[in-house]
Amino acid sequence: MGLSRLIPYVLVSCATACAGAATSSARSEMDLRGLPSADVTRAAAREQTADQQVLQVLNRLAFGSRPGDVQAVRTMGVDRWIALQLEPARIPDPAGDSVAGHYRTLSLPLPTLLEEYPPNPVLRRLARQAMAGGGAGMMRDSIRISREDSLEYAMMRRRSQVIGQELVSARVARAVASDRQLQEVLTDFWLNHFNVFAGKSASMRHYLVPFERDVIRPNVLGNFRTMLGAVAHSPAMLFYLDNWQSTADSTRATMVPQRMVRAAQRRYAQRAPQLSGLSSAQRDTLLARVQQRRRGVNENYARELMELHTLGVDGGYTQQDVSEAARILTGWSLQQPNELAAFRFNPAVHDAEAKQVLGTTFPAGQGVAEGERLLDLLARHPATATFIATKLAQRFVSDTPPAALVERAAATFRRTDGDLREVVRTIVTSDEFFAAAAWRAKVKSPFEVVVSALRAVDAGIDTTPRSAAIVARLGQGLYQHQAPNGWPETGDGWINTGAILNRINFGMALASGNVPGVMLRRWPLYAELETLPREQQVDGVVRGLLGGDVSADMRAILLSGDHPMMERARTQDTSVLPDRQASMARGMGPGVRFNGAGAPQGLAQIVGLAIGSPEFQRR
Amino acid sequence: MDRRVFMRSGAMALVTMGLNPSFLRRTTFGMTLPKAAKGKVLICIFQRGAADALNVVVPHGDPSYYALRPNIAIARPSLAAGDAGALDLDGMFGLHPALRSLKPLYDRGLLAPIVAVGSPSSTRSHFDAQDYMESGTPDRKGTTDGWLNRYLAVSGTCEAGAQCAPTPFKAVSLTAQMPRILEGPSPVVAMNSLDEFTVRATGSQSDRLEALYRTGRADVIHATGSDTFEAVKMLRAANPQQYAAANGAQYPVTDFGRRLRQIAQLVKSDVGLEVAFADIGGWDTHVNQGGATGQLANRLREFGDGVAALVADLGDRMRDVVILTMTEFGRTARQNGNGGTDHGHAGSMFVIGGDVHGRDIHGKWPGLAPEVLNEGRDLALTTDFRAVFSEIVSTHLGGEDTSPVFPGFTGTSANWLRVLQGTPASGIGARRG
Repeated sequence: MGLSRLIPYVLVSCATACAGAATSSARSEMDLRGLPSADVTRAAAREQTADQQVLQVLNRLAFGSRPGDVQAVRTMGVDRWIALQLEPARIPDPAGDSVAGHYRTLSLPLPTLLEEYPPNPVLRRLARQAMAGGGAGMMRDSIRISREDSLEYAMMRRRSQVIGQELVSARVARAVASDRQLQEVLTDFWLNHFNVFAGKSASMRHYLVPFERDVIRPNVLGNFRTMLGAVAHSPAMLFYLDNWQSTADSTRATMVPQRMVRAAQRRYAQRAPQLSGLSSAQRDTLLARVQQRRRGVNENYARELMELHTLGVDGGYTQQDVSEAARILTGWSLQQPNELAAFRFNPAVHDAEAKQVLGTTFPAGQGVAEGERLLDLLARHPATATFIATKLAQRFVSDTPPAALVERAAATFRRTDGDLREVVRTIVTSDEFFAAAAWRAKVKSPFEVVVSALRAVDAGIDTTPRSAAIVARLGQGLYQHQAPNGWPETGDGWINTGAILNRINFGMALASGNVPGVMLRRWPLYAELETLPREQQVDGVVRGLLGGDVSADMRAILLSGDHPMMERARTQDTSVLPDRQASMARGMGPGVRFNGAGAPQGLAQIVGLAIGSPEFQRR
Repeated sequence: MDRRVFMRSGAMALVTMGLNPSFLRRTTFGMTLPKAAKGKVLICIFQRGAADALNVVVPHGDPSYYALRPNIAIARPSLAAGDAGALDLDGMFGLHPALRSLKPLYDRGLLAPIVAVGSPSSTRSHFDAQDYMESGTPDRKGTTDGWLNRYLAVSGTCEAGAQCAPTPFKAVSLTAQMPRILEGPSPVVAMNSLDEFTVRATGSQSDRLEALYRTGRADVIHATGSDTFEAVKMLRAANPQQYAAANGAQYPVTDFGRRLRQIAQLVKSDVGLEVAFADIGGWDTHVNQGGATGQLANRLREFGDGVAALVADLGDRMRDVVILTMTEFGRTARQNGNGGTDHGHAGSMFVIGGDVHGRDIHGKWPGLAPEVLNEGRDLALTTDFRAVFSEIVSTHLGGEDTSPVFPGFTGTSANWLRVLQGTPASGIGARRG
């Protein structure tokens, strides 16, 4: 750990560091009590073959298989493996823990993060204060900043970027390494469901650390209302959708008597003439305070809370419901956004009058409890059960999941009061999940393409942001989706001309050994296949990367070899290079482009073609 | 599937294993390059970070301007000021001296500055303001697509066999990632650079990859993959590597300059480009922004020289081209305590093209007197950016009805500034308050 912090990037070979990650979920010392036994008759009744079922669970409940996983699941039995993944606490995960522990910033409490890695507005204010310290606080004719100060300022600005880099790096590394694969898949799902954009402000990456760690991860197999509440109180969501600034309209009574508010305003007005004598930072603070008073209701969060987080766009609510919900949530704010960022209910700006949402009356003057009641109401609404069941079935089964399955999952949601473990269990143990129609029915997202490829070739763990930059290059910058609807859960959103090209080029770069952590020579299958004839190499790669079953045409295309002498003469560049212009937005790490030297030959080339193939784009 | 513009997979799916790469190449060779349906092109340039409008189109005739900015104002045009003075446009406004290369465009009637224009949203967040300008829906976060993509959707795609030839390069963003303004269901290609739009594999490997996409099941992945290989070949046939800028155009040797040059290449390659996008950062000048020289001047020089080179390079094609520049908001009217400016409200835009009402300042000037400043600190807004965008979509690109492009915008053609000559006349030019 100590040494690794000093080196720009460290590739830990999983063969050593992950302590048998691939097969540990099947280790005999694991506590399997109470889990279903390998039920042969049940498995035999499903449409998918036994082999397909093994691949199905690895492709849907995990980010694809690592070498050895197929055998491990087969040995344990598909049903028992599913049951175990649904209880991640029972899966020892030294590999995942070791990766997670690698990132210093990701373990820090939010106030510490904000203090140790000051966001830019804080740095600017400190700089202003330092400069104003020398003058009378009036406008100064010339600003002189020493070279040392500039360098330190620049260094501090760069420093807070570490958080963004660690966030994105850890997302990929944990998805690759962890044995609690379903938990990683669901973390990806719920971070997307409750999408927050890192570029919204300089502090957002700070907020995202506790958002992923404390709000999303502990709840992905827990209770929906608990997660919804944690999101509603989180600085990340309060800030992203502006609710922290939402205040009662001036015509409405708040929790603090009007005469006190007016007295405060009078005090402010008396100070106002002196504004010009204040430093610009002080002036801004005062102005911000006044603006907060007159900004009024901001409906952004209330709308997305209904449309995207709970009821769904067709969930039967009206604009009136949105407006009233927004009034309920006035005063759900943040204390010192750039220093402390603690949730704070501000009674002075909370609309204290009565409201009505979805036919339910919220009596006047209940304060923060109204918001909690609103979340209860939304979490228990039948439209929410159906909306969440539909999205989960889309993630796990197909873009157009069978209505009967969605209804059963929604019924589980209603019956268990939003127990997400049981909702997911209903979906992933269903006949529809193991139906022929669900086989390879899903298009992989860029994150799934990269993580599944890294897992398939047993890549070492990349603790730099470079693998995440590849995901971004493929069109899915982590924490970079601006709009609150998140990345698409269906395939049509991912497939376009530029995307296919990038996926193909990613395959070739990986095969050329130019993707961080990938060393094909260390891949167990590589050693096994290296000396065999091409036909057996193709079959081995097809088995290892594509789950075996491909068309005769595809096999024949992979089989047709190049003449090595001719090919070398025409070799083009294939690798991943850092790209300053392509850098991911606002300090989330460097960008990459595909370029460089060395086209893959022989076995590596078959790997490249397989990863670039249409079949690898599905799961 | 109905949005596929480029479907040839039907025939190609028959070509399965006996596939001879040279056959494929012959097929491609025989392919004629499609032309854009209307030949009109819109190039959007986003200045990210909020450019300081008051030092871009300088109101040197407004008495309040110099009082607000004792150290960073651009001097009135005069002999004494020389090169440090604003480049006078109409006695009231002038260009920043670093925009010297844009001045001839104004004089020739190709360039129209718009003042006091921007988003009606009061947000001072870069993110939100960029989001609103790109989604085209101020104060609405939930909009999932960008207005340029919505324009592409209503402008219709070409079905196979239709009169307008289909092209994958109808909309291209010269950016590493798809910008918000072009996000949406209509197909758009985002690329960092033209030479990146290629299969990084040897010829025969590329042929085999192509064969993988041309065989097997008829699904969206295979169809799009087949289109991708066609698009790569189309670009190769257009031969961007052999490109030399025309008319002595000198692009800045920067990424921004390179991207504009590649947009000119695409326009002139006749690959059917209709909408192009590029952006340039570095405008968030909170500290030491400088005056006639310095930080902002350097950004403006790169920006102006790039745009001027693009116009020169496109030559006669500018008849069909409109270049639209935008920035998320303006900056505070007063300079701050650090010789910079903070987040403000209304900004400025340039509209450049053959059919522009140039040599005129567009937009109502609200003035800079303390009592008319927005929230007591910024240039007030007199023109909603959607009025400008919808005039361009309607008049230049020929979009009949702009309401699907700007949902919720209540402005009508009566609110248009008539920046373009094709727009029905009435109330042309600046009306100063």
